[in-house]
Amino acid sequence: MVEQIDLTMVNWARAQFALTAMYHWIFVPLTLGLSFLIAFFESIYVKTENEEWKKIAKFWMILFGINFAIGVATGIILEFEFGTNWSNYSWMVGDIFGAPLAVEGIAAFFLEATFFAVMFFGWERVSKKFHLFSTWMVAIGSNLSALWILVANGWMQFPTGMAFNPDTARFEMQDFWAVLFSPVAISKFTHTTSSGFLLASLFVITISSWYLLKGRHIQMAKKSILVAAVFGLLASAYVGFTGDEAAYNDAHKQPMKLAAFEGLYDGEKGAGLMAAGIINNSKKVNDDQDAFHLEIRIPGLLSLLANRKLGSFVPGIKDLVYGNEKENIMGASEKIKKGKAALEQLALYKKAKKSGDNAGAEATLTVFNQNKDYLGFGYLNAPEEAVPPVPLVYYAFHIMVALGGLFPIIFLLYLFFTLKGTIIHQKWLLALGVISVFLGFVASQCGWIVAEVGRQPWAIQDLLPVTVARSNLTAGTVQTTFFMFLAIFTLLLIAEIRIMLKQIQIGPEGK
Amino acid sequence: MTRLYPKRIIGFYVDGFRSMTTGRTLWKIIFIKLFIIFAILKLFFFPNYLNTNFTTDAERADHVLGMITQPVQNPK
Repeated sequence: MVEQIDLTMVNWARAQFALTAMYHWIFVPLTLGLSFLIAFFESIYVKTENEEWKKIAKFWMILFGINFAIGVATGIILEFEFGTNWSNYSWMVGDIFGAPLAVEGIAAFFLEATFFAVMFFGWERVSKKFHLFSTWMVAIGSNLSALWILVANGWMQFPTGMAFNPDTARFEMQDFWAVLFSPVAISKFTHTTSSGFLLASLFVITISSWYLLKGRHIQMAKKSILVAAVFGLLASAYVGFTGDEAAYNDAHKQPMKLAAFEGLYDGEKGAGLMAAGIINNSKKVNDDQDAFHLEIRIPGLLSLLANRKLGSFVPGIKDLVYGNEKENIMGASEKIKKGKAALEQLALYKKAKKSGDNAGAEATLTVFNQNKDYLGFGYLNAPEEAVPPVPLVYYAFHIMVALGGLFPIIFLLYLFFTLKGTIIHQKWLLALGVISVFLGFVASQCGWIVAEVGRQPWAIQDLLPVTVARSNLTAGTVQTTFFMFLAIFTLLLIAEIRIMLKQIQIGPEGK
Repeated sequence: MTRLYPKRIIGFYVDGFRSMTTGRTLWKIIFIKLFIIFAILKLFFFPNYLNTNFTTDAERADHVLGMITQPVQNPK
């Protein structure tokens, strides 16, 4: 039994996980999207037999390879962190995620060892069609290898298809398909992978624009832009559609997250969607300060997005914290009572089992089961602790949405001027194109901030707060590895940028 | 003919690796990275907490149950 909990450790472990995940997410979306773009370039080559397309496919394949090589295994570190810093969490969900993640890892390895090799080494050694097949397999396989980790994330946001076993302290899978096809898991996978397609399209636009501004590799740049703009435009539409689905799921499965990213403190019928606003950073849920210094809302739109119904009620942070009898919303205070009852019974169950009192254990289990859905609330000391950091989530969400609105405009303009044949003269657009991939990274990282900070304080929604998910370690241990990671990842990023810049400088005609 | 397949496959990989240019640098980075991750970080800094401190699953379950049933003071 632990005598004292080191809360500083929890925050360092949080920071370390955020750092690792954010670095990891620099490499992953490019892999997801570039693989498909290369498959498109090569498909056009096989169809038209125009050698220019082959050259294009090979060039982007080199950049894909650089990104893949630098990024590979950065995700493994997240797994190390689970085992070391978040051992309670790892133990509790091990039954659900252990085996599928291992199978996925092995499948990805064999896929990469075979089709990656054909893709990179096989240009002159296998038939065109088999090479194309391998390129498509790499694209599909890379995206599928992101499936289970995103399903796992979706499960943490909306735990379903499982039951808690009080003897093993584990969540055990009851229904595999419910976990795999939960609406949150599906929208998590589709929204995340399609955001990768969008980012990779911006990456191609950025480098091609730079070539056009420099007057180099003009034909290759124009052709690349044409495919990337079409793919980016389709991806933007899909990202919007899946984003809407994700917000709808939030409204029903994680209403606190929705209220936080909209800065909605007081729930209302016909709630307006925040178009723009400056949030009041010092606002607390239990004070009377205004939530915004300035706000422009589009009337009724939030209700429509949240419930598919214009005049419907959308709960605010206050409703979720203190409850709203009229709208039949249970507040966090009530949930805390139930959670504490569940925890108390769980402790009694453990004691009864140890002393061999089976009848007593059964009795405690009955009460536990009545309250187990609120287990995590039992760890909170005040209902206000159920609120995530609102300003960060609010700004991250609105930056992501604003940029998500800008990208299709960029793709449309590129498509228009490329088809018109005047893209090379649009210096202002090419300059915007050069910085567009950086905006894409900002949007992408903001998306993860919304998803992960927006669900605080939970590691597993409503069931396990991050403060309880951790291992019994000291902050010093985690601090050391935090700075080690910072150094290692920064070095890797510098290496990636340098090698990539060198390759871009060489261009498609290089060795 | 079938007997030649393993040779051809090995040859495919060997020739592929030989003809690499940028790839050689990338493989060096990959190996250095994997060494740091598995031989240094995993070994010295990231032991699996439950596997290191407990020998059986029953002990691990008991420890976790103990951890999750004790009161916690949350950070402000």
